[in-house]
Amino acid sequence: MNRFEYERAGTLAEAIGAEGAFLAGGTNLLDLMKIGVQAPARLVDISRLPLTEIEPVEGGLRIGAMVRNSTLARDPQVLAKYPALAEALLSGASAQLRNAASTGGNVMQATRCSYYQDPLSPCNRRNPGSGCGALGGETRNHAVLGWTEGCIATHPSDMCVALAAYDAVVEISGPEGARSVAMAEFHPLPDAQGAGDAPLAAGEIITHIRLPDPGAMARHARYVKLRERTSFAFAIVSAAAALAVEDGRITQARLALGGVAARPWRCRTAEAALLGQPATIETFTRAAELALEGASPSGANEAKIRLARKIAIRALERAAAGTPERLPALPASLFAGDDNG
Amino acid sequence: MTFNLNLTINGTAQQIALDDPRVTLLDVLRERVGLTGTKKGCDRGQCGACTVLIDGQRMNACLALALSYDGAEITTIEGLAKGETLHPVQAAFVAHDGFQCGYCTPGQIMSAVGLIAEGEAGLDPERVREGMSGNLCRCAAYAGITEAVLEATREMSAQEGTSA
Ligand SMILES: Cc1cc2nc3c(=O)[nH]c(=O)nc-3n(C[C@H](O)[C@H](O)[C@H](O)COP(=O)(O)OP(=O)(O)OC[C@H]3O[C@@H](n4cnc5c(N)ncnc54)[C@H](O)[C@@H]3O)c2cc1C
Ligand code: SF4
Ligand code: FES
Ligand code: FES
Repeated sequence: MNRFEYERAGTLAEAIGAEGAFLAGGTNLLDLMKIGVQAPARLVDISRLPLTEIEPVEGGLRIGAMVRNSTLARDPQVLAKYPALAEALLSGASAQLRNAASTGGNVMQATRCSYYQDPLSPCNRRNPGSGCGALGGETRNHAVLGWTEGCIATHPSDMCVALAAYDAVVEISGPEGARSVAMAEFHPLPDAQGAGDAPLAAGEIITHIRLPDPGAMARHARYVKLRERTSFAFAIVSAAAALAVEDGRITQARLALGGVAARPWRCRTAEAALLGQPATIETFTRAAELALEGASPSGANEAKIRLARKIAIRALERAAAGTPERLPALPASLFAGDDNG
Repeated sequence: MTFNLNLTINGTAQQIALDDPRVTLLDVLRERVGLTGTKKGCDRGQCGACTVLIDGQRMNACLALALSYDGAEITTIEGLAKGETLHPVQAAFVAHDGFQCGYCTPGQIMSAVGLIAEGEAGLDPERVREGMSGNLCRCAAYAGITEAVLEATREMSAQEGTSA
């Protein structure tokens, strides 16, 4: 690890515009510094900033960037109104990591592309212009939507997939003032040369995530995650779904996919096609087709397209069935035993 | 530049002079304080061998920058027993063969202490397994570990006079 200067920000004003990398829980940043993928000259520790509230606000909920993943997943307001967010959080990492991981750090975590993590491989994201080491390589966790030859990486967060489905907004403060961006558009898609623009300008910090009220979708929301082992593994593909159903017809629908693109993939065409339809497997199958429209393998990962369709169908089915009173023992798992397989 | 790190480790306040900001909490415990019960497996958050309690919460000491936790209360495996009397989780690991080589065991036990304090898994073996999934065991003593955690949960709730 490179030597760095360490400074603790006492106030948000001190953090904004500070030169260096923000240290929150450190579970991603320190990991990447240990393997030489990131080497900031200065760490600005933001872990003591008073961004730790989960507060009801006009029309929804506002989550501080330093709220830990475990705290967010346990929050009664989140469990009651945004259960797919709690399920997504609980399906990610381990209990120990969730106790350290912050909301802001989870949004900003780096891709798990193994070529990005290997300083000896070319990588346009780590080293612009060097090429993409993943092309033609091991692409199990790479994109099938929104990718270019410049970069085929995916964003690894589970939390962000649920946030995108819930229409969350990222609140940012910076030297130039404050701005807000929809979660579903926050992470840039790659361009022909590489990873695309950085989501934050220098000195900008995520302060909060704002969640609008889900209304009638509150108790019809689920997260489903396919992974190589049932717990403590990143998603191969995942889906967050939320529905409102009246008299057997879908009146509101949300669907977002994880593990398929450089951002959580909000499926607006599929959502539109669900409206007014009966909540049946046929409807969900059609929606899943639309959700993966335009998907193409970025390597030997064509199977992910079929898997993503199936996971989308399963998430919609589970959402239609209603969120269980208590989340299953194995959150987001296909083996959770809370439906017919 | 020297940093003065204040930690309360297993109930004892300590001041540790750090000449380098890069040190993790795991390396502070093992290399500077001489508490080698906490183990280093992967050093990357993937195995749980380094699990300690920080202000009562189980975390991976290998991904905790020590300076970031200045002022915190740390509990390690060395802080569990009261004299010769094992903590109920330690006793249950012995009684249920919750280990073979023992390398993962301090982390498993600290994680179990955290899990039981969280109070969400109760006596559901599936929730215990899920809640312990951040701790890998190369000897695959998982069956014994699950039994031990369930037993300790029962024992500790009996001691408290409440039901789990
Ligand atoms: C073994 C392992 C398994 C994991 N499994 C999963 C999984 O299954 N699913 C999943 O979703 N995640 C998983 N994770 C990732 C984990 O969720 C992230 O590491 C964590 O959320 C990062 O949060 P942090 O607070 O520790 O961030 P840090 O490591 O402190 O920071 C990460 C990045 O975000 C920046 N940053 C932090 N806060 C802010 C802010 N407020 N504003 C602007 N920038 C900021 C930092 O500068 C840094 O670049 C796993 C991690 C590990 C180590
Ligand atoms: S996929 Fe993106 S992150 Fe991975 S090696 Fe290629 S450019 Fe780098
Ligand atoms: S040594 Fe910390 S998780 Fe493996
Ligand atoms: S007892 Fe050997 S690794 Fe767990």
